[in-house]
Amino acid sequence: MSELFPVSVSVNGVAHGASVPARRLLSDFLRHDLRLTGTHVGCEHGVCGACTVLLDGAPVRSCLMFAVQAAGHEITTVEGCGTIEAMGPVQQALTESHGLQCGFCTPGFITTITAYLRENPEPTAEEAREAISGNLCRCTGYQNIVKSVLRAAEIIRGTDAEAGDRQEAPA
Amino acid sequence: MTTRQFGAPVQRREDPRLVTGNGRYLDDLGHTAYEAAFVRSPHAHARIVDIDVTEALDTPGLVGIWTHEDLEGPVGEHLPVLIPHPALIAPRTGRALAKDEVNHVGEAIVFVVAEDRYAAEDAAAKIRVDYEFLPAVVGVEKSRAATELVHDDVPGNVSAHLLQEVGDLDAAMAGAPHRLSLDLSIERSASIPMEGKGVYAKWDSDAEHLTLWSSTQTSTGVRAAVATRLGLPLAKVDCITPDVGGGFGSKIMHPWPEEVLVPWAAMILGHDVKWTEDRREHFISSTHERGQLQQVEVGFDDEGRVLALDVKFWHDNGAYTPYGIIVPIITATQLLGPYKPGTYRVEFWSLYTNTVLVTPYRGAGRPQGVFAMERTMDAIADHLGIDRAEVRSRNFILPEEMPYDHGLMFQDGRPLKYDSGDFPASLAKLKALVGWDDFAAYREEAEKHGRRVGLGIGCYVEGTGVGPYEGAHIVIETSGRVNVATGLTTQGQGHQTAFAQIVADELGVPLESVHVTTGDTRKMAYAVGTFASRAAVMSGNAVALAARNARAKALKIAADALEVSADDLEIEDGVISVTGAPDTRMDIGMTAVLSNPLRYAFDEAAKAATQFAGTFDPDKPPVADDEEPGLEGKDFYSPTQATFANGMHAAVVETDPVTAEIRILRYCVIHDCGTMINPMIVEGQVHGGVAQGVGGALYERMVYDESGQLLNASFMDFLMPYASEVPHVETDHLETPSPLNPLGIKGAGEAGTIPGSAVIASAIEDAEGFPITRMPISPVELWELRQRHERGEIPSLRRAHSTTTE
Repeated sequence: MSELFPVSVSVNGVAHGASVPARRLLSDFLRHDLRLTGTHVGCEHGVCGACTVLLDGAPVRSCLMFAVQAAGHEITTVEGCGTIEAMGPVQQALTESHGLQCGFCTPGFITTITAYLRENPEPTAEEAREAISGNLCRCTGYQNIVKSVLRAAEIIRGTDAEAGDRQEAPA
Repeated sequence: MTTRQFGAPVQRREDPRLVTGNGRYLDDLGHTAYEAAFVRSPHAHARIVDIDVTEALDTPGLVGIWTHEDLEGPVGEHLPVLIPHPALIAPRTGRALAKDEVNHVGEAIVFVVAEDRYAAEDAAAKIRVDYEFLPAVVGVEKSRAATELVHDDVPGNVSAHLLQEVGDLDAAMAGAPHRLSLDLSIERSASIPMEGKGVYAKWDSDAEHLTLWSSTQTSTGVRAAVATRLGLPLAKVDCITPDVGGGFGSKIMHPWPEEVLVPWAAMILGHDVKWTEDRREHFISSTHERGQLQQVEVGFDDEGRVLALDVKFWHDNGAYTPYGIIVPIITATQLLGPYKPGTYRVEFWSLYTNTVLVTPYRGAGRPQGVFAMERTMDAIADHLGIDRAEVRSRNFILPEEMPYDHGLMFQDGRPLKYDSGDFPASLAKLKALVGWDDFAAYREEAEKHGRRVGLGIGCYVEGTGVGPYEGAHIVIETSGRVNVATGLTTQGQGHQTAFAQIVADELGVPLESVHVTTGDTRKMAYAVGTFASRAAVMSGNAVALAARNARAKALKIAADALEVSADDLEIEDGVISVTGAPDTRMDIGMTAVLSNPLRYAFDEAAKAATQFAGTFDPDKPPVADDEEPGLEGKDFYSPTQATFANGMHAAVVETDPVTAEIRILRYCVIHDCGTMINPMIVEGQVHGGVAQGVGGALYERMVYDESGQLLNASFMDFLMPYASEVPHVETDHLETPSPLNPLGIKGAGEAGTIPGSAVIASAIEDAEGFPITRMPISPVELWELRQRHERGEIPSLRRAHSTTTE
């Protein structure tokens, strides 16, 4: 078997130590070694964004990184964004706004939107659309994901205004 | 008072699981399973001369390698022709692994199993296959010319030929005051779900039982097909569909080679085996759709009424026809949309090509048919100088003509008979929504600023909810928990919510107490599958019927216990009470307790059902002769025919006068799918459908070169729309309930996609002033059309306004 390399990495605040082959993708490491299967793989070449995780807070495609490259870094996956009992604001917004159908692309949107809203807490509808335009979804037509971004921003800001106030208007 | 759930925009009950990483898709299972990879043909058409696996044998982690000659009995035989049809004169199917010849790039040749996918791919890369090349037949035109054949024994490359005619077309055409001909073309596209296919199999050698998980749209179909191939009794095979990351038609095909080989290997090896399709594999070895060439001749009167419609089309069915000719049959029949031509003749040829096989993709032949019909309507309007919406309305089937029998045979072998719909009302709503009558002023204003805009329209009728049947089984526990099982599968449609809404209403229980399972043959062995926008219609009605049975039993038990008539009882919020005397009551869970006479009191509730509890009639058995223990309800819904949903779309596009870039400014949808179980989910289906329609109109195509290589088999090159390409969709609904089923439901799944190419072509044509006859269309293609138009090679529309501004 191929040579193994030690990897120490923090995932969702939990320290993990493992030995992996150099070629083991970060996505496979998370999914199959740590069994955090919320991170999904949709294209294996960094285009669809389903595998997006946060590396020290910044979105990265985990299918384009080796696990060994993540050594010493802090990773956040969708599992780290909230739980069924205590959903995070983006997860809550997607649920409220029907922002998902099959749910396969959703984890990548959640990590992407989470990072985006940290830097852009008050996006317009147009900016929200732009923010998610690096992730592919085949089910929703994106409209309700845009709505979810706006709703998540509201939840984070702690305002109770209806998401409808900032809904997209047709061009 | 219990809130009625049916018709409410209830938040989805599956979402908390899916948004927190707790979904379980195929590749989330079987972490310790061996994994499979395949050597697939890099050539479109070739004979296999030799397969040399020697170099692969010492690959670390390798478990096994199989070629066709290693396959035993039915495992190596041709895969089934799933849907035979008298017109399918030359069906051909592939095998689990190719024998002697390959017919498309991506066809599986060698099956490799190793300790993980990395090792399996290492081994696969070292396997050498020698080929003798054969000429590749790519594209409808080349197949139709038939100078080369895909299958030596299929003359003309024709798998199927079908002609249907209603009325005396030739006479009507000859007598028509006006005639027009159109040559049309639609290119290939595909479902492309975010999750590819996948199979995971576990063989329990102690129980001699195979459990199979597949990312399929039909678990019952896969179960039966695999049992047959592997020579196992049906009782020894179960198929479970886990969470599925989209299907859109591609996953209704079965059994895939992998669905046969993975369980077969699991049995041989005595070890779990899994295969997860990668993105390139999905492009080159799943299925595609859409590719057709069409010729339309239409005869019409001075008012624009169609007297004779004569359609011929040539359908690209790819290398094999395991799913029969469902797609061209649907094109041929659903082409008619909301219209009633005086006479109709449609003839198609389904043709083999050395490309990925063709099976239904969302819309399933309808987008092509609607494209042909709607291009024709626009052409008639332009020819006569009549408003395009007006021409359509003059050809509409009217509400008072429902049910309307077209005199054709539909995809289910039953008459093409529309059950309901109000097309004039739909059109009126669409015109109001898009501002149809104000568009001329809008255009004039835009033109003043050098902008070029166009308005397009597309109407369709969609046969949904085809049979033969679906069923449901409901079990109510003593806790009041309601378990609902229906056999068809789920790929994001929110069945756990929508079916729970129906059951909650029918039973009178809280939504939270209802738990729905789909696609698990252990829970419901009789089912067909999820396709043809049928799930809500078929399983929706089945769960309603099953719930009514369970309710009747609960009321009967409660009536006996409370010593009242069942007619005097009602159920609200899980409590059965006497109407007008709410203190005489019993939880529905207690009727479940009483339904099952017990010997053992394992908890407080069970105590009430034991033989020394309460009084009983010693002359009667504990379970009456015509009863069964347990509070359950089971039923099946089997309709006489499909129910027909409909809709109308309008789009406003802007085309750049210089670059020919195409931008959708507005996209409006009127949608009628009968009564809606959950309007939020229906709306979501429409949005997603429109995105796929827009993708198919402007971006997505399968680019094959002449040697049969798919040049864009990745997300880098196949332009699936991002949020930046999909317009905001404006929707309005009309609800004309279907008279065919108890709930009045029609299907909604495919609708949004169907008129996409038709409406965008109509809008671009309106902006440009010359006919658009091929879709999809890219800015480059539009720019080239402009050049040809300027050279006089393409005629202007008669109504052409000032579009040559530069």
